[in-house]
Amino acid sequence: MIHDFGIVWGERSLLLSGLANTTILSLLSAVAALLIGFILTPALMSKRPWLAWIVRSFVDGMRCVPFLLFAYIVYYGLPSLGLRLDNWTSGLVALTIYNAAYMAEILRGAWAAQPREPIEAGVAFGFSSLALFRRIVLPPLLLAAGPVIGNQMIQIVKDSAFLTIIALPELTHAAASIQSRHYVPFAAFITAVFLYWGLCLVIEAAVTTIDRMAASRR
Amino acid sequence: MSGADLLAILRGAGVTVSLSFAGILIGAPVGLLLAIVRWADVPIAARVVALYVSILRATPLVTLLLLLFFALPNIGIAIDPISAAILALVMNTAAFNCEVWRASLMNFPRDQYEAAQSVGMNALLRFRRIVLPQIVRVSLPGLVNEMSLLIKVTPVLAVVGVVDITRAAVRIGAETYDPLPPFLVAIALYAPIVFALVSLQRWIERRQVRMEAAA
Repeated sequence: MIHDFGIVWGERSLLLSGLANTTILSLLSAVAALLIGFILTPALMSKRPWLAWIVRSFVDGMRCVPFLLFAYIVYYGLPSLGLRLDNWTSGLVALTIYNAAYMAEILRGAWAAQPREPIEAGVAFGFSSLALFRRIVLPPLLLAAGPVIGNQMIQIVKDSAFLTIIALPELTHAAASIQSRHYVPFAAFITAVFLYWGLCLVIEAAVTTIDRMAASRR
Repeated sequence: MSGADLLAILRGAGVTVSLSFAGILIGAPVGLLLAIVRWADVPIAARVVALYVSILRATPLVTLLLLLFFALPNIGIAIDPISAAILALVMNTAAFNCEVWRASLMNFPRDQYEAAQSVGMNALLRFRRIVLPQIVRVSLPGLVNEMSLLIKVTPVLAVVGVVDITRAAVRIGAETYDPLPPFLVAIALYAPIVFALVSLQRWIERRQVRMEAAA
């Protein structure tokens, strides 16, 4: 058993590059999904019914589709429509678009729960809509939605493991190739599990820190 | 895509639904058991459960499934794809269900419990007659939410060779060199199942709000 872990240790560069891929992929798509979420959220609450309806169907649709199937469609299905992406790009695109829908819904919930008064006061003080958003709406919104966004980031990390099926060299893929090369399944996959756990603990710690900052500002 | 292909995907849907059901039916009570261990603060066991939940909630189902499928035979436990799939689903969903159950146990009014104690109910009777009926109601929306999440991760089971909706669709796509139609059929099967569960969750929540307002 110790010998098996020795083999995994010998392949640590492969495992670490898998971990790096998982981290970069999750981080990039989390940031991109959050930004797209910020564009979708006002549209979700739009007074124009057709716009709200289109965005609502996208958000609800995404939330009913399994991520793995969505990744398959982006990677294998889009080429039949003439759009061919390599596995890294399709993984990133799939992860981003899929989670943008979740982020939009999270932000909408937090936005709706915000008190109206500061926004109305901002309008009365003559803030332009961009400045109003940046200075008055955004900071409390991010602080309020922080824990839920953190949960969604953990979900993104876990979703990224599915991308092993389109041969993206992330952490699970690295563990699987170590196992197939040396036949050390337990050592290889349990190491991956603990690395995922570590990644999630880091995200949870970051959320707690932000939460504490929010509490001290109140 | 021929009619036979469509039938193959439908047969896959049967597998997806039965595996999900098995996962839910076993996972919910196991989750309750884990939650009780933490709630009652059983020495050592409560710590082990807390660690288990923390690790399992961070573990992607694919990684867990590959671990079970390849490592269990290694230590002499033969496991077929279906059993590995059910075991992985149960291990995963039990961790999440444990948190749902625990939250409602923590919020359970202490005075009711003490009242039951004072009329001389033993622990088992207290739990069955007083605690369980009420926490089931409180936990229900969370459990249904967890079910819809569970169904959304089942396509992963195709990785070890379970012929579910996804694997059937992938195979047809590979045979016909046109993967888009089978994938769209697969989505048309998954989406209503998940949507039904999400609607069920919203319906339960709304009904409970109305009942509380009436009370």
